[in-house]
Amino acid sequence: MNATRTGRATVRTGRATVAVAAAVVLSFTSAGFANGATGAVPRDHGEDEITVGIKYDQPGIGLKTPDGTYTGFDVDVATYIAKELGHDPSDIVWKEAKSADRETLLQRGDVDFIAASYSINDERAKKVDFAGPYLLAHQDVLIRADDDSIKQPSDLNNKKLCSVTGSTSAQNVKDKIAPDAQLQEYGGYSECLTGLENGVIDALTTDDSILAGYAAQSQFKDKFKLAGFKMSNENYGIGVQKGSELKAKINTALEKMVADGSWDAAVKKNFGPANYQNEPAPEIGVVVK
Amino acid sequence: MKAKPTVLYDVPGPRARRRNVLWTVLFLLALAAVVWWVVASLADKDQLEWSKWAPFFTDARVWETYILPALKNTVIAAGLAMVIALPLGALLGISRLSDHRAVRGAAGTVVEFFRAIPVLILMLFANAAYSEFTDISPETRPLYAVVTGLVLYNASVLAEVVRAGILALPAGQTDAAKAVGMRKGQTMTSVLLPQSVTAMLPALVSQLVVIVKDTALGGAMLGFSELLASVRPMSANYGANTIACFTVVAVLFVILNFALTTFASWLEGRLRRGKRSTGAVVGADAVDELATPGEHMGPTDGTK
Amino acid sequence: MFDFLQGYDLLGAFWVTVQLTVYSAIGSLVWGTLLAAMRVSPVPLMRGFGTVYVNIVRNIPLTVIIVFTSLGLFQTLGVSMGADRFTTINFRLAVLGLTAYTSAFVCEAVRSGINTVPLGQVEAARAIGLSFPQVLRIIVLPQAFRSVVGPLANVLIALTKNTTVAAAIGVAEAALLMREMIENEAQLILISVIFAAGFICLTLPTGLFLGWVAKKVAVKR
Repeated sequence: MNATRTGRATVRTGRATVAVAAAVVLSFTSAGFANGATGAVPRDHGEDEITVGIKYDQPGIGLKTPDGTYTGFDVDVATYIAKELGHDPSDIVWKEAKSADRETLLQRGDVDFIAASYSINDERAKKVDFAGPYLLAHQDVLIRADDDSIKQPSDLNNKKLCSVTGSTSAQNVKDKIAPDAQLQEYGGYSECLTGLENGVIDALTTDDSILAGYAAQSQFKDKFKLAGFKMSNENYGIGVQKGSELKAKINTALEKMVADGSWDAAVKKNFGPANYQNEPAPEIGVVVK
Repeated sequence: MKAKPTVLYDVPGPRARRRNVLWTVLFLLALAAVVWWVVASLADKDQLEWSKWAPFFTDARVWETYILPALKNTVIAAGLAMVIALPLGALLGISRLSDHRAVRGAAGTVVEFFRAIPVLILMLFANAAYSEFTDISPETRPLYAVVTGLVLYNASVLAEVVRAGILALPAGQTDAAKAVGMRKGQTMTSVLLPQSVTAMLPALVSQLVVIVKDTALGGAMLGFSELLASVRPMSANYGANTIACFTVVAVLFVILNFALTTFASWLEGRLRRGKRSTGAVVGADAVDELATPGEHMGPTDGTK
Repeated sequence: MFDFLQGYDLLGAFWVTVQLTVYSAIGSLVWGTLLAAMRVSPVPLMRGFGTVYVNIVRNIPLTVIIVFTSLGLFQTLGVSMGADRFTTINFRLAVLGLTAYTSAFVCEAVRSGINTVPLGQVEAARAIGLSFPQVLRIIVLPQAFRSVVGPLANVLIALTKNTTVAAAIGVAEAALLMREMIENEAQLILISVIFAAGFICLTLPTGLFLGWVAKKVAVKR
């Protein structure tokens, strides 16, 4: 240790330095608290406000844009539903609903409903209720536009496959369709896209709606294409709290959205540029297995 | 100390100077080759396109929406961890100097345990524990988990810093306190602790650098929205400009930590030169050593 | 009670941790010593490079470096480290990242060791006409290393703990397995205790053993 034993003891310099250190530490913390910090502060549930859980990082589905607004199909659907429930778009409080957190957010009542590429399945249905479905998606792969070596799912053998951590889609391919595929997992899809663009990854797999959202971004125009394998059925539903009366109201709203053409418009707007062949609007309450 | 490296070689004469020039040129060529390879590969992969970099310079919204809130979370997590870990660490450190064997032993075990475990393991545990046993919202849970992991680890490191700070004080301080009739507790709170805080400031600031760096683990593994995690939404919006995002984030980390490091060594220099204090300093470099398990088992091995 | 361990390769995961540690330790010892040599060399450009390298790398989170090796080096620049399978590529990238990071700390430890070598030693070496590389290789570094076994042991233990960061790019080491097990099994406390114990088994004996070695080999002055 660097113990040098010289000099006399006085307290003044000590105090001054302590004060400096305290000021540094305080300025660190207070800077945060003063501004409402981490978003940890509970929202004031005003009369007209409604809190909706969406994805923040999926273009075409739910994306937080640089100016702080939100775009995507889920966002459009949620906005329509909110309007039908009597809330102006300006009264919607958006919250990020990461895949692993969705059930907890609903059970705790942190959000009123969730529209976040949320596939209906039995496991989840035990914990939350689903309105809808409002979109039928399929697991698919996104490949480079000039790659014609992947024509059918079994061509994925010996290919380099990318997906996100904790997603079942990649494991699904590896277990059932192409056992010899290599699998790389990242925290987000955009990480896979870099590798796909540069040829170190051959295919990115997840729901075709999500893939279409990425491929539709202007920067990726003509770089990627959907392979069109329908490897599973993903029925996107609106998650609500178990036993919530919202379920029926949301179903009514969804029916109206399809009937008045807003649904089609939203699909065109968000997935259109990617040449995504969407399924027709699903019938409410019918889950395609 | 400062003049020492120059002792390793003679003042260069004409031949040595020529040799140095040759080495400089060779090294420059090697560096240039690496830089050229990096730039060429980046250009080849379209990573140098202005459109991938422009947002950081031309679009203030990138900063407002992604980087600054993320930076704020990094700073909050680091600050909270430091503020909570410091008193805990002081308590542990003082306990390790206790006259009671049981207290010493217990504090020692806690310190050795948490220093021997990777902070990521602590964070993963805290995250899962909060989700299983508490009702903390999923939104704030990563922050709680990151701060908890950092506090558990850093409290034990700071315990050693505090102990070293107290041991670094001249023995005369304790003697004098005893002579005027102070009890053990009084000696600690009114004589030793206040002075040792000064002595260990450089080490504290440099531990803050370690804490800031470790917050990035929360971003990569727990979904905590800190600086590193802001790369994802940014590159999702700007067409996978991963390299550009990483560069910006890395530069911000370097600036933040470099400022802290510089501040720590300035403090250290000031304290060492200081005529009016005891001159006892726990240097910034001591932290690496103090963070190691199994090194300081005895109660009084403060000087090595 | 330990049924939940079925189907998980616990030893395999810790073996990967050990391998990461060993390869990165060797790599950073070599590169770190080279950096230290640069930092005390007569060539100003090398000194500058060494200083800049150490100051930048020490201030960047290891997580950023590791994630960058995967997303930047591999995915963007196509550096696959001579391997074809993701598992090998990721492992090697992690070793590269850990080496790049740890060598900055090795460099500083070695440099502080160089400072403990008495002036007379170097002056005597120069007096008999040894050149700078010879002075460093024959006289200074052997003595410096003996005095920095302690600090280098600290770096090694920090490195052992730091290998967990490789989980961020999917290297199947201990921390990644722990996260997977926590997600799948309802045995949080037990799982955490097992992994904590595993790391204590790796770090504590290393610290004690190298502490003993440090006292043994230290140059008595």
